[in-house]
Amino acid sequence: MITRRKLLVLLPAAAFAWKFVLAGTPEMAPNYNRSEHWWGMLLDIDKCIGCGNCVRACALENNVPEGYFRTWVERYHVSDWHQESPQVESPNGGKDGFSPGAAVGGKNFFVPKMCNHCADSPCTQVCPVGATFHTPDGVVLVDETYCLGCRYCIQACPYGCRFLHPVSRTAQKCSLCYHRITKGLTTACCESCPSGARQLADLKNPADPIHEFLKTHSVQVLKPHLATGAKAYYHDLDASVR
Amino acid sequence: MCPVSKFKDAEHLIRLVGAFVVGFAIFLLLRAYFVPKSFGEYGHYRGAALAELSSKPISYAGHQACEDCHADVLQAKKAGKHAGVNCEACHGPLARHAEDPASVVPQLPDTAVLCARCHEENIAKPKAFPQVVSKQHSGGKVCKSCHVPHSPLLQPGGKQS
Repeated sequence: MITRRKLLVLLPAAAFAWKFVLAGTPEMAPNYNRSEHWWGMLLDIDKCIGCGNCVRACALENNVPEGYFRTWVERYHVSDWHQESPQVESPNGGKDGFSPGAAVGGKNFFVPKMCNHCADSPCTQVCPVGATFHTPDGVVLVDETYCLGCRYCIQACPYGCRFLHPVSRTAQKCSLCYHRITKGLTTACCESCPSGARQLADLKNPADPIHEFLKTHSVQVLKPHLATGAKAYYHDLDASVR
Repeated sequence: MCPVSKFKDAEHLIRLVGAFVVGFAIFLLLRAYFVPKSFGEYGHYRGAALAELSSKPISYAGHQACEDCHADVLQAKKAGKHAGVNCEACHGPLARHAEDPASVVPQLPDTAVLCARCHEENIAKPKAFPQVVSKQHSGGKVCKSCHVPHSPLLQPGGKQS
């Protein structure tokens, strides 16, 4: 016999359980457990040759509109006498490669840029509707069916990694190829990088070579003073890179 | 005596409470209708978005898919400097070919354009990376007339320029 007292206890519990029944369990790729991964990326500036393969591959894999970039490559020229004012160029995001460039002293290098998949991302904090979020496996994603297109996140990203899609009018960014990494593949940019300058890193997987690399090399993230918890680890990063 | 009836216009209070109850019920109904079912499942977002985003189709098949069929090319690559270069870095996205190799046949890349993307001399490339000024190096000849792209040593009979 259910007394009134018991019913009062049972009702909230049932309501709580019903919420999960309604939510259902989304079908993920088989054998993929989100709690077993924590994704990041290793970018080795010493290996980047500025070929633009990553930019083209990203555009093809993710239908990135022409003139917009989820990843891009910058060429830095740092003069001998003024470290703090580098000349940076990225013609068409590096998609068509770079001109040979003239030797005028100083140093020159390529820097591939992308979403840093910050653990404490400013873009997620400012989204008013919860269309931008952290996945349990450490990826920052955009729910395009839920995005209002208010552009707060575009302004909030300190790395300039977001844009408003010209047709859908929703925010877009690097998804770390979430549709690939959950299927056991690497990202399109890593797959097509010929020099190994980009490597997808699973920080929760003890067998991932990232751990050995982090132990034996010096790495840096972009704008560490902002404490965004960036997970794009740069090896051989120059202080002039912003 | 009921405490409410002490007030002069008790029915106003009852109506007010009634209006609040009806308003709250409408709010709950609208909320149930507009808030997606999976919202809040993992955090302050629509949980179903995870499955939707991860179920998007792929364009790049991944080198494992290539190597399953093209073991001979893998062997040739292993011997040379291009051992670490994945197939689709040069051949482009071929997931559709991997799904249906018979009807989707990839085109051979033009080596005169393709090789230069990586090996054309550039001021910002790492100094140890092999670079050429292709006009001086080959004089417009396609690279594969001398080099083997999968294992880029000179072909037998190829002349070092």
